[in-house]
Amino acid sequence: MSKHHHNAPLPDTVLRVKALESLLIEKGLVDPEALDELIDTYETKVGPRNGAAVVARAWCDDNYKQRLLTDASAAIGELGFSGRQGEDMVVLENTPDVHNMVVCTLCSCYPWPVLGLPPVWYKSAPYRARAVIEPRAVLAEFGVTLDDDVEIRVWDSTAEIRYLVLPMRPTGSDDLDEHALSGLVTRDSMIGVGLPQAPVQQNR
Amino acid sequence: MNAPDLSLLPDMRRDDAGPVFAEPWQAQAFALAVRLSENGHFTWPEWADYLAHEIAAARRAGTLDLGDTYYEHWLRALERIVTDKQILTTRALEERKRCWDEAARHTEHGKPIELADNQ
Repeated sequence: MSKHHHNAPLPDTVLRVKALESLLIEKGLVDPEALDELIDTYETKVGPRNGAAVVARAWCDDNYKQRLLTDASAAIGELGFSGRQGEDMVVLENTPDVHNMVVCTLCSCYPWPVLGLPPVWYKSAPYRARAVIEPRAVLAEFGVTLDDDVEIRVWDSTAEIRYLVLPMRPTGSDDLDEHALSGLVTRDSMIGVGLPQAPVQQNR
Repeated sequence: MNAPDLSLLPDMRRDDAGPVFAEPWQAQAFALAVRLSENGHFTWPEWADYLAHEIAAARRAGTLDLGDTYYEHWLRALERIVTDKQILTTRALEERKRCWDEAARHTEHGKPIELADNQ
């Protein structure tokens, strides 16, 4: 064994990011503390719970729901969530006749302020392509089967417009308060590839 | 658009909420692009164009692109946009990358990797 145990070479991606980061910091174009704060935000603070709060509010407060459907960015801002890229939010309401589903066919635009960063499958080529071509088959793979007479609308996100699906309130949830309702809202239901959880039946 | 490849079905399975970033470099690349845009060096729609271009190029090159290579596309888009916008030169990036490589190889295991001098 030699006296010095040197590090194994770093992977190419790591070296390239270190090169970018160190040069940009030296030029004063990015602030290292701001980078750390941003990473922490997306790792720990922003996620689908934000969107669930929006959905639960809309289920409980019809006035809020109307504001959400007419000016989603402002209504979402009421709960303290706002976008960083100046994007416009649009909320799509599911009804017994229409089911909405969201994709980004070109890259992976996603409503960060309400859902955090996208899951791996959302960023995959099969989802990007197939959500548009055969949404019903994709939904089936996610465990969602809709009646044939339900129209499926697929919405393609862009850098400027991000969509959030407002799922239907589950049956049997009439007694639940807003907080309990938000616990039923899944990330996938707000992308439109899932449904909210059913409320747990209380034994009386 | 290619016909859907049914052999890819199992790879599109839903993931349970795993870590947001699989490795630290992904988080760093993510944050650099967002901060540069917020600081006015490019607009977010411009960024989306660069990213979409890299993703399309990877698909043309025949990669499966199952979402796990997303930040590799992101990193290439970042390198292209900062050089196209003349924020950094390709040469500076290559030189600096070499410096980090040297530093890593000559750092004793367990010690932080640092560059010898300011470049």
